[in-house]
Amino acid sequence: MLTSHRQRAHRLRLPLLLVPGVMAICVAAVAVRAGEPAIVPNEPGEENPGGNATTQDSIDTREAFSHFSHGIGFEGEAKFKVGNAIFRKLWISAPSSTTSSDGLGPMYNSRSCQSCHLKDGRGHPPAANFPADTAESMFLRLSIPPQNDEQRRLLAEHRVNTINEPTYGEQLQNIAVQGLDNEGHMHIDYKEQPVTLGDGTVVGLRRPTYSIDGLKYGPLRPDTMLSPRIAAPMIGVGLLEAIPEDQIRAKADPDDKDKDGISGRTNEIWSAENGKVALGRFGWKAGKPSVSEQAASAFAGDMGLSSPLAPTPSGDCTQAQPACLDAPNGNTERDGGFEVSPKLFDQVVLYSQNLAVPPRRNFNDPEVARGKALFYALRCQSCHTPSFMTGTVTNQPHLSNQKIWPYSDLLLHDMGEGLADNRPEGVADGREWRTPPLWGIGLTKLVSGHTLFLHDGRARNLEEAILWHGAEAQAARDGYAALSKTDREALIKFVESL
Amino acid sequence: MDMLRALAAAVVTLTALALPAAVDAPDAAAVAKTYADIAEAGYTDSLEGARKLRTAIDTLIKTPTDANLGAARQAWIDARVPYMQTEAFRFGNTIVDDWEGRVNSWPLDEGLIDYVSQEYVDQSPANDLYIANVIANPSIKIAGEPVDTSKITKELLSDKLQEAGGVESNVATGYHAIEFLLWGQDLNGTGPGAGNRPATDYDVKNCTGGHCERRAQYLEVVTDLLVDDLTFMVAQWGADGAARKAVMADDGRAALVAIFKGLGSLSYGEMAGERMKLGLLIHDPEEEQDCFSDNTHNALYYDAVGIRNVYVGSYKRTDGTIVSGPSPSDLVRAKSAEADKRTRTALDETMTRMEAIVQRADGGEHYDQMIGEGNDAGNALVDQAIQSLIAQSKEFERDIAALELKSIEFEGSDSLDNPISVR
Repeated sequence: MLTSHRQRAHRLRLPLLLVPGVMAICVAAVAVRAGEPAIVPNEPGEENPGGNATTQDSIDTREAFSHFSHGIGFEGEAKFKVGNAIFRKLWISAPSSTTSSDGLGPMYNSRSCQSCHLKDGRGHPPAANFPADTAESMFLRLSIPPQNDEQRRLLAEHRVNTINEPTYGEQLQNIAVQGLDNEGHMHIDYKEQPVTLGDGTVVGLRRPTYSIDGLKYGPLRPDTMLSPRIAAPMIGVGLLEAIPEDQIRAKADPDDKDKDGISGRTNEIWSAENGKVALGRFGWKAGKPSVSEQAASAFAGDMGLSSPLAPTPSGDCTQAQPACLDAPNGNTERDGGFEVSPKLFDQVVLYSQNLAVPPRRNFNDPEVARGKALFYALRCQSCHTPSFMTGTVTNQPHLSNQKIWPYSDLLLHDMGEGLADNRPEGVADGREWRTPPLWGIGLTKLVSGHTLFLHDGRARNLEEAILWHGAEAQAARDGYAALSKTDREALIKFVESL
Repeated sequence: MDMLRALAAAVVTLTALALPAAVDAPDAAAVAKTYADIAEAGYTDSLEGARKLRTAIDTLIKTPTDANLGAARQAWIDARVPYMQTEAFRFGNTIVDDWEGRVNSWPLDEGLIDYVSQEYVDQSPANDLYIANVIANPSIKIAGEPVDTSKITKELLSDKLQEAGGVESNVATGYHAIEFLLWGQDLNGTGPGAGNRPATDYDVKNCTGGHCERRAQYLEVVTDLLVDDLTFMVAQWGADGAARKAVMADDGRAALVAIFKGLGSLSYGEMAGERMKLGLLIHDPEEEQDCFSDNTHNALYYDAVGIRNVYVGSYKRTDGTIVSGPSPSDLVRAKSAEADKRTRTALDETMTRMEAIVQRADGGEHYDQMIGEGNDAGNALVDQAIQSLIAQSKEFERDIAALELKSIEFEGSDSLDNPISVR
């Protein structure tokens, strides 16, 4: 299965990367158009990317991503707020006198949802390697290639996304409860590499390499694949979940039949909730089909907490870590046999689904209009799909039937060797990533205090993020690099207005 | 929450206030003025309370006796009385909402500020600043970067430490930071007792807890900040204040949205939901707002009083004088005497329920014990208060309908201000 993906990726890459003539024509065409890029008129409602659910509260403070969906009602607001309190709750290790708050770990990356999803926004790489900083909002995923027919079958049937590293599990937990060793610490080395743009401007990109310091449970298998992940922004996920599956599938073009150099593939994931294979929507590689499965996975992997969809109380402990498996857990009868009771879990899910998208800023600015024209001229919207209609969401009419503007197709695209983590996840191969939504991205600095983008925060601003695009996005990236400074700034200003 | 921008457009089309049925209805501008006057008086009283607290803290630091610590704690409890009543102005006024986190954030990871129990330390810190202990350390690291904490200044607390690293429980300023410095950690779980910090924590000659001078400095600076922040908010509601101007917009009709959205959100989402229901669900003694002082019962009670003040258009100030005027209640009554009566009955019921909680607390069983697992009687009392808060918010919804303020803000129906976005 994996081999065939790689072949497909190569097939797609060839005309883009190895035939300079094609690229040159492409860039030339864009450059000509970019002289006077065609203005793309704004549609009514486009200034509210979340439709009517767009927040109408203040987006002038760090709380800009922390508002609830407009129209949720007083009762919905109450559930949202209880969910918010659970989201920021610091869990403690079992046993404790407050059984509903315990069960942390035994190994974990964080004690609360909020301490990775800082202000409901984007995480960031550590300022320095451990022990100078603790990388709380970022971690490493681990896996190995399938070892036997059973594992190959599980992958082929989409029953699992990855085969865990046998000793360390699915991700590296850098913290453990008292009396237990943690697993080690992520180590990042950055190497600066200059990139020259069309007008001679030199931009530095920092290329990270990842390793692990202080492995406490013996060596990793030599064929272990590492994938760094920062916590993703939370806004609008309920709206993304509300896009009917067929609308997303309709945009997939796995074999590039329209010959635009862009494929777009769906990830296919086993849904524990529905007991069948479903479309992957969430996570950097679209590895989870729903907000609740994403939440269950984060509770389990990041905090070591069991919940109805991920009932193992010992989180990511493996058979090779018996002390971890034997550590006390917080499953209690009163909480339905889980550490996170179904009631608490549901409110965290509702909270997540209702973190509102902010309205556009500088919507009527002529420079933004010009940037939008350039964005379309460069065909960025081939993957960053501007809009969708949501379907009907049970019990959440405010999320239903809204025209939304996420600027994502939620599909997987080959982003080239530069961004590759070389770690497949479900259908996604080692070079593919899900198009991340762009809504709210211009508020990152305000909310998160930084502008570190992409799955591992390597890009230090939007321009670097664009310049990291490769393979399917190579033409758009080259088109951007060929623009004048004024046009580059206009395009960035448009993206920041989303 | 803040519906002002949303409703600015929608309200224009409302006919509620022009209908002939409005026999003796006051005009919206008069109601808005009462609302702003009560806000101004409430924040002024809060400011006065904070100043008295500052004076009591001065005395404590100069003469760190048990009596002076007791007096400072009483000044804190007194200062909370007017402030909690101003919470009724949250969730409807952007200026208040953007500011509120500076003065009233909770819960907090108190280990950021000062020493904490070993048990607390042993919960392996995930938040880097969980046990940073600024009072004991002249330098700490925030997200890997060293920060000079050798001088405890307003800027350090509000610009560097408050929500440091984006972690919301890094609370360095406001009432609850002061509360922690006066009481210390409550280590009694759901058993009886509040925090038990000794006065000698401020005694430089016989210092307990270490770094008494810096602890005193922190307490002074954080209280000065509270005074500054309340001074700012008083000005917002003054004659030329931005918050007053905002609610007077549209001939005062903007206030009606702020009023009902604020009262409904505070009743249901904030109080019944976040502050009370969660605590009952998980029986966690940390789930009380005033967890160091065990003053949560009063916080809840005065929140309810504040809601009532706004609805009936009358506020009894700290000095006993009354600020009153044409009220939302008058407006509702002119449209539907029934709706107004039901609302008042619901508000009365809530007051009865809150009084029962206060009585139980005064009798020795505090809020954190009431929500404890297995305390059926205490749990029931809290649950009844939750139900009454939900019931009153339903009445506010009826009032919204009676005043024909009904719109997407309250119903989640199709957009009025943006009709083309749904097709």
